[in-house]
Amino acid sequence: MDENAHIVLKDVRKAFGAKKVLNGINLSVPKGRSVVVIGGSGTGKSVMIKTILGIIRPDSGSITIGGEEVTGLRGKERDALLQRFGMLFQGAALFDSLPVWENVAFGLIQGRNTPRKDARDIAMEKLRQVGLGPEVAALYPAELSGGMQKRVGLARAIAADPEIIFFDEPTTGLDPIMADVINNLVVDCVKRLGATTISITHDMASARKIADRIAMIHKGEIIWQGPARSVDTSGNPYVDQFIHGRAEGPIQMEILKA
Amino acid sequence: MNFLANLGRVVLALLTEIGSIVIFIKDALLQGLTPTIYVRQILEQMLRVGYNSLPVVGLTAFFTGGALALQIYLGGSRFNAESLVSTIVALGITRELGPVLAGLMVAGRVGASIAAELGTMRVTEQIDALTTLATNPFKYLVGPRIIAGVITLPILVGIADTIGIMGGYIVGTRSLGFNSFAYIKSTADFLQLGDVTSGLIKAAVFGFIICLMGCYHGFHSKGGAQGVGRATTNAVVSSAILILAANFVLTSLLFSE
Repeated sequence: MDENAHIVLKDVRKAFGAKKVLNGINLSVPKGRSVVVIGGSGTGKSVMIKTILGIIRPDSGSITIGGEEVTGLRGKERDALLQRFGMLFQGAALFDSLPVWENVAFGLIQGRNTPRKDARDIAMEKLRQVGLGPEVAALYPAELSGGMQKRVGLARAIAADPEIIFFDEPTTGLDPIMADVINNLVVDCVKRLGATTISITHDMASARKIADRIAMIHKGEIIWQGPARSVDTSGNPYVDQFIHGRAEGPIQMEILKA
Repeated sequence: MNFLANLGRVVLALLTEIGSIVIFIKDALLQGLTPTIYVRQILEQMLRVGYNSLPVVGLTAFFTGGALALQIYLGGSRFNAESLVSTIVALGITRELGPVLAGLMVAGRVGASIAAELGTMRVTEQIDALTTLATNPFKYLVGPRIIAGVITLPILVGIADTIGIMGGYIVGTRSLGFNSFAYIKSTADFLQLGDVTSGLIKAAVFGFIICLMGCYHGFHSKGGAQGVGRATTNAVVSSAILILAANFVLTSLLFSE
């Protein structure tokens, strides 16, 4: 597995003031595979993804992508690295000052200097792939429902055919049917591109659907990882408690301690 | 001991804030004002900062010029110096009131809206999204706003100067009984180019302060709607205070020349 590992995190640590958020993360993602990181709120899932993107700088540890160390990259090298990424944000994070098609085409027009007309054609094609017709293209994000915003966000994430895609809670806040639609789109898009993906979620239905491998994060550490189908037989009490959603178990919510 | 601890906390918080503003200025200058330049964004912001502020700034200047003429007439009449009205109105508007009042009005209008806009973009992760789309937020958001502020504020102040002097002229000729030709002639005779340019230099600095503070507080807002509200207030208050402080410093510098 290590030979074709695409993204490797070694002992990544990050603290905000006295609060240690990442406590030595070790994670390896094989090329073209989908790893889903599960874990409760506030366990460091989002911070982990942001350290890979370089939005947050880790205090120590190493992150390599295709064998190249990426922590501490600056300027042009960092821009070049970011061109290889796509990301779907939890709240879709669409630019509300721009119409839908410009949102999708944004990375092409601004980041890669694609002519607007070509970028528009690509945007229409990507919108079609996520099941949105041309009538949506001229609308503004505020005019769309939550599920449609997520789909536009997905179209934007895949617009530049990235080799690595991050999904931050792709199904949070959607009804179960729309959640499944998004899951299917995620699986389709990833297959079509052959991209390596890391998703973070606490929705187990979503995790089972989109994951090749599942890793569980707790208190800033990966405490278990394995193939997606073995998540039910992990024998790990933390994982069991999480996937069955029990209040009792080794994971104590802060509210219970108080 | 408690008092000392509190004092220390306040001092540390202040120093942290200053440090983070200095880092922000460094990033804004080194990343925001170097190529790639987003021309479209700059034009859009110039429209927003400059053109849309015209009514507010124009009205402020007009009424200030008029009130100034009345006050100087009243003050001047106590030692038979009513004839100075036109000169003092022109000097007061171009050197001081034009740039400062325009700066304060724009701080309230534009500084607040920049902070609210960028603050909302921050808390809804739109700024992070920019980064993931290989677009540097400093170049795309901060740079164009600062450039727009530095370019449009002097233009706004130039217009405010004209309207302010006109306000003084209207009051002077309509209600104070000045001769129209004499009023214009004495304004033109005594007003020097340096009076106007010193005001325009101030305006450019104020434009920088307003947009910088708007961007800084927007970028650093956190915690949803309340955080954005706080960022907006801080942007307006800090740019107003910095404008008044910078005005004093600039006046002393330009005065000694």
